[in-house]
Amino acid sequence: MLRIKGGKVYDPAHGLNGVVQDICVADGKIVADVPPGCREIDAAGLFIFPGGVDIHTHVAGAALNFARAMTPENQRQATKFFHTAKRRTGIGGPTPTTFATGYLYAGMGYTTVFEAAVPVLSAKHTHEELSDTPILDKGCCVLMANNEILLDLLQQGDVERAKHVVAWLIWAAKAYGVKAVNPGGVAAWKWGGNASAMSEPVSGYSQVTPLKIVSSLARIIDELKIPHPLHLHCNNLGAPGNYTTTLETMKALEGNRAHMAHLQFHAYGGDDWHTMRSESQAIADYFNAHPNLTCDAGAVLFGNAVTITADGPWQHLLYQLTGRKWGNIDVENETGCGIVPYSYKGSNLVNAVQWAVGLELLLLIKDPWRIFLTTDHPNGACFWRYPEIIHMLMNAAFRRERVKKLPEKVLPRIVLPDLNREYSLYEIAIITSAGPARALGLKNKGQLGVGADADIAIYHENPDGEYMFRYPRYVLKGGEVVVEDGEIRHQMGGREFIVHPSYDPKIEDFLRPLFQQQYTMSFENYPVELERLEHPIIHPCE
Amino acid sequence: MIKFTLKEIPTVPLETEQLTPDVLATLDHAAIRALPAFLGKRRHAIQDFFDVEGERSDQIEIHGDAGRVKWIGRAMTRGSVRVVGNAGMHLGSQMKGGEIHVTGNVSDWAGAEMAGGLIHIRGNAGGQIGAAYRGGTTGMRDGTILIEGTAGLEVGMRMKRGTIAIKGRVRDFVGLQMKGGTIVLGGGAEIRAGAWMTRGTIISLEPLKLLPTFLYACRYQPNVLRVIARYLEPLGFPLPVDSAVGMYQRYTGDSAVPGKGEILVWNPHGT
Repeated sequence: MLRIKGGKVYDPAHGLNGVVQDICVADGKIVADVPPGCREIDAAGLFIFPGGVDIHTHVAGAALNFARAMTPENQRQATKFFHTAKRRTGIGGPTPTTFATGYLYAGMGYTTVFEAAVPVLSAKHTHEELSDTPILDKGCCVLMANNEILLDLLQQGDVERAKHVVAWLIWAAKAYGVKAVNPGGVAAWKWGGNASAMSEPVSGYSQVTPLKIVSSLARIIDELKIPHPLHLHCNNLGAPGNYTTTLETMKALEGNRAHMAHLQFHAYGGDDWHTMRSESQAIADYFNAHPNLTCDAGAVLFGNAVTITADGPWQHLLYQLTGRKWGNIDVENETGCGIVPYSYKGSNLVNAVQWAVGLELLLLIKDPWRIFLTTDHPNGACFWRYPEIIHMLMNAAFRRERVKKLPEKVLPRIVLPDLNREYSLYEIAIITSAGPARALGLKNKGQLGVGADADIAIYHENPDGEYMFRYPRYVLKGGEVVVEDGEIRHQMGGREFIVHPSYDPKIEDFLRPLFQQQYTMSFENYPVELERLEHPIIHPCE
Repeated sequence: MIKFTLKEIPTVPLETEQLTPDVLATLDHAAIRALPAFLGKRRHAIQDFFDVEGERSDQIEIHGDAGRVKWIGRAMTRGSVRVVGNAGMHLGSQMKGGEIHVTGNVSDWAGAEMAGGLIHIRGNAGGQIGAAYRGGTTGMRDGTILIEGTAGLEVGMRMKRGTIAIKGRVRDFVGLQMKGGTIVLGGGAEIRAGAWMTRGTIISLEPLKLLPTFLYACRYQPNVLRVIARYLEPLGFPLPVDSAVGMYQRYTGDSAVPGKGEILVWNPHGT
């Protein structure tokens, strides 16, 4: 039992904005009170936040492992974690090892993360890595928008059966949500194509268009009452002029819920790389008027990154543009993956626009409960650089200084210099914790009310937001102090959130022969066994 | 000056990333003796392997056969390191300034990804001198490496700037994927010199067996060689620049990439 005494509490879920009060902890949960004489943390003058929740990151799985192997040059320069009595060995950098991932996230006050893209076929690998990632609670989204069994059903117009297949695949992957990546585009990539036009049939189909995939999946997810809406990576990621695709996609949702992933990469105007410009205002205007949507920023920071995405055709284009290393993975009938190491440079016009668009979206979207801080780690920047973004959001003068360093020709293409909004600590607590927890449907996360998980980050006050959020005084996970003044004090395993939507058990009779015909893996070996997960928490679909 | 004398040759490689002027300049004798050194995966102290004399100096001398001592002078920015004997792998890796002098031989990866300073090796060197580490896009970014003896494979691999001069013969793939800078080969090279080079200059004073993707351009006396010769001559690496004695044959490539690099081969008159 523990009492955190006298800190300023920022708990947006309960409207607490810097209110001085005690937080009491017992059995890993927040409680109303604890008996006198139990352990106390004197938090007078300190700021108390709910532990951070990352709604979109790439920290585990076959693709990330491929990226780790592809980029030894990054690992040589990365932070080293040497073995100590309380810590295991690890390497940081853009693709941290599993242990280092836990330490780096916890080290800046994050306690829950969601791996955004998991093919069912390699889900076992992902869960093994998530189990290996210490301290954090985890979950993952399963890739679905290029699954050929599903596309075949949409082609036949059998949406009802598709719904049961989606539910079965979620449970097979032991996932928490569904991710759609470049709907139809990855399936087309296997034939050397892409799906750039939203209303044209996907290669190999006559009735299936990207819009049909998006609208069908969003409706199915809502009908299955999955707590997290369809996690949507739109078509034409990264391409100049792609904001029209993004708008078209959002309109196709027809009021169904969706979470627009890494929106920064989908908010560009212009006709080509030379004329590329920000269209964050147009995206934000639509977004502000449609409460069925949430999004994460997918912000870019200058420096080294590694782009990892199921969006295979985009990665091939990026490889051709940069001449850097390229990895390409085919995941049988489900999806694909591309990996290209990348460096964002402030002197590069395209990169400068990308940097500005991420911040613009965070500033133009009015409701902080619907946009969350991410960098699409490690695509836009590494997650451990979030405090840099926080400082820019909280300090308009600092932001303007950074804008001055951009090439002059960038300025007419962005709106960032005109934006004076500054985030408050209360709003930072929303975009880093309370908001993503709500969007994920995790009622016990992102808040400090009685009954919530005692995941708490305690910070020193500092006008430099980057310093403040990079070095918490304490981080508690499940009521245990796991980080104190930057040092790992206690290492525990995390839990994994999954959902079990209901489906007709006879759907397996439909799927089994298809597997036997088309997959290299037998049907019985395909689903992830529940026993494989450490501490699974089955979240209700209601 | 701080003098380190190796007590005995370690049985497995000894990693001494702390043996750099930047680290040692501010430390007293006891702190230097207590600095970490890794024998394989086990952590020890410098004093377990070296007798240490002196303190607080950026002038370092290492005595004894340090052929298994890795990372001497790693990332140093100032001062000097003098190795009286051999040195192990990664000597002066990623160094940015200062000087390293070695009287004996050095192993692989000397000056890898270095960005400034001077490395002078009186004996032979291993492979990957001034190269990019595996996976890295850029090798040596600046500085000078002088080798009086021979060198191994992939010398100057992916180097972008700076100068490497070698009196002896080098093995295969010198200047592999070279992006810039200058390599001077006093004793010629084995096969595939300049493979995939996109820019930069390889100067050979001996005939080379070139890849078919290098195209003969002309026989001439480049003016820029006078500048390079004026820099190298005081360092003990003279370049022939007298057109009365001979000229250089210029080859461009590697057209397989395609690249705009050049290989200049010294061609005395009458040969």
